[in-house]
Amino acid sequence: MDQIAFIFDILLPALMQGLVITLKLIVWSAPFGLALGIGVAAGRQYGGPVLSWVCKMFVFLIKGTPLLLLLFILYFGLPSIGITFTAFTASVIGFILCNGAYNSEYIRGALLSIKDGQMIAAQALGMTRAQAIRNVIMPQALRRAIPGLSNEFIYLIKYSSLAYMITVVELSGVGKNVATKYFIYTETFMVVGIVYLVLVTITTIAVNILEKRVAVPGMNRAAAAQL
Amino acid sequence: MNDNNIVLRVEDIHKSFGNNEVLRGISFDVRRGETKVFIGPSGTGKSTLLRCINQLTVPDRGSVWLDGEEVTNSGARINYFRQKIGMVFQNYYLFDHLTALKNVELALLKVRGMSKSEAREKALIELRQVGLEDWADHYPAELSGGQAQRVSIARALAMDPDVILFDEPTSALDPELTREVLEVMRKLAQQGMTMLVVTHEMGFACSVATEILFMENGVVAEQGTPDLLMHDPRFTRMKNFIGQFDSYRGD
Repeated sequence: MDQIAFIFDILLPALMQGLVITLKLIVWSAPFGLALGIGVAAGRQYGGPVLSWVCKMFVFLIKGTPLLLLLFILYFGLPSIGITFTAFTASVIGFILCNGAYNSEYIRGALLSIKDGQMIAAQALGMTRAQAIRNVIMPQALRRAIPGLSNEFIYLIKYSSLAYMITVVELSGVGKNVATKYFIYTETFMVVGIVYLVLVTITTIAVNILEKRVAVPGMNRAAAAQL
Repeated sequence: MNDNNIVLRVEDIHKSFGNNEVLRGISFDVRRGETKVFIGPSGTGKSTLLRCINQLTVPDRGSVWLDGEEVTNSGARINYFRQKIGMVFQNYYLFDHLTALKNVELALLKVRGMSKSEAREKALIELRQVGLEDWADHYPAELSGGQAQRVSIARALAMDPDVILFDEPTSALDPELTREVLEVMRKLAQQGMTMLVVTHEMGFACSVATEILFMENGVVAEQGTPDLLMHDPRFTRMKNFIGQFDSYRGD
């Protein structure tokens, strides 16, 4: 069969279906991963000893074990204690936990970089610590965490392919299926790779635009360098 | 001298950091409309004293009363008292991610629960008060030190405080910017704002202060009107201290 015809008539239509699943995985995981990251970072930095310890342990466990193992536990392990997820749900939960743990580290780093005076000034105006964190500290920390968070988001795009290992036929999975069916491996996986590259490129451009839109004079080096 | 005029009462404040006893029993009353100026060598606890008043630093002993209500040991109500006790810091501590206007608005929205339009109107009034209405949409990094400090004064004023604590408000500023900030503070004093000011600006102290408290080694060593401390022969310590200042300036 003609390669061009294979790519355009068979491979790409199939990959588009896989892409939809991949995008669904990302769209369901990323926002909750970000929320979890913010919560864990704040809990670790500003929570009491118990909460802080719990957050630290959570990050330690997620960072210290392979994501694939986490997915296996969620999908194959938990049914034995009566908790059953669909493969898609198990994947999303695994991605949220993983994404959240790493995000929390980027955000914690940014929190540490915010000067004490910001909290002191907020409290001197009558804000509670929670109000100060929400309205003063977090908005600044998140801006500074954007490069790290976007990095983690890009990882998420790529490790979403692990969902295939627990039977979610997403982009990579579709590629694998097509490749084995037609015995055309190199071209298939190259095209799959290009689709990921496009996704990552779009993300990078979007992050650049976001970073410029939320930039505040004097708050980051990039903005300072442009002056 | 009616007791009802006393807006702030500070009683026997003690504070140690480790083995270092920074405050060793400070007491004074502040009447409405007074400007009390705290002078003294660095490290004698002046800033710590201000922070003990609004409980940013919790004193080991002693109490603070605002309008007859105890500020110390007030639990969650401290956030109410902190609205009533404004504070201005040496390094301004403006919220870096917000414009001048939003810096003033933030606590009005989040703490006082004002509507957006109310908060904006109030914030603009306060910025006008410090002469910075035209700079409302600028970020802290775009302001001079003097402008930033005036925004932070506006931010404190916006909460309609009973008293404002100034912690070396001009120590980070050059003489010209110092003057513009002191002008704003002088105006506030004339309008009857109650103020406690830690400063090294003797000119300001002598012309604006109702009373000067000279602090040394954690206690108030000398206390009186500027006239008294400067001219009465019974008081020597502060004059010596200022003398050192003047001779430095002469160099």
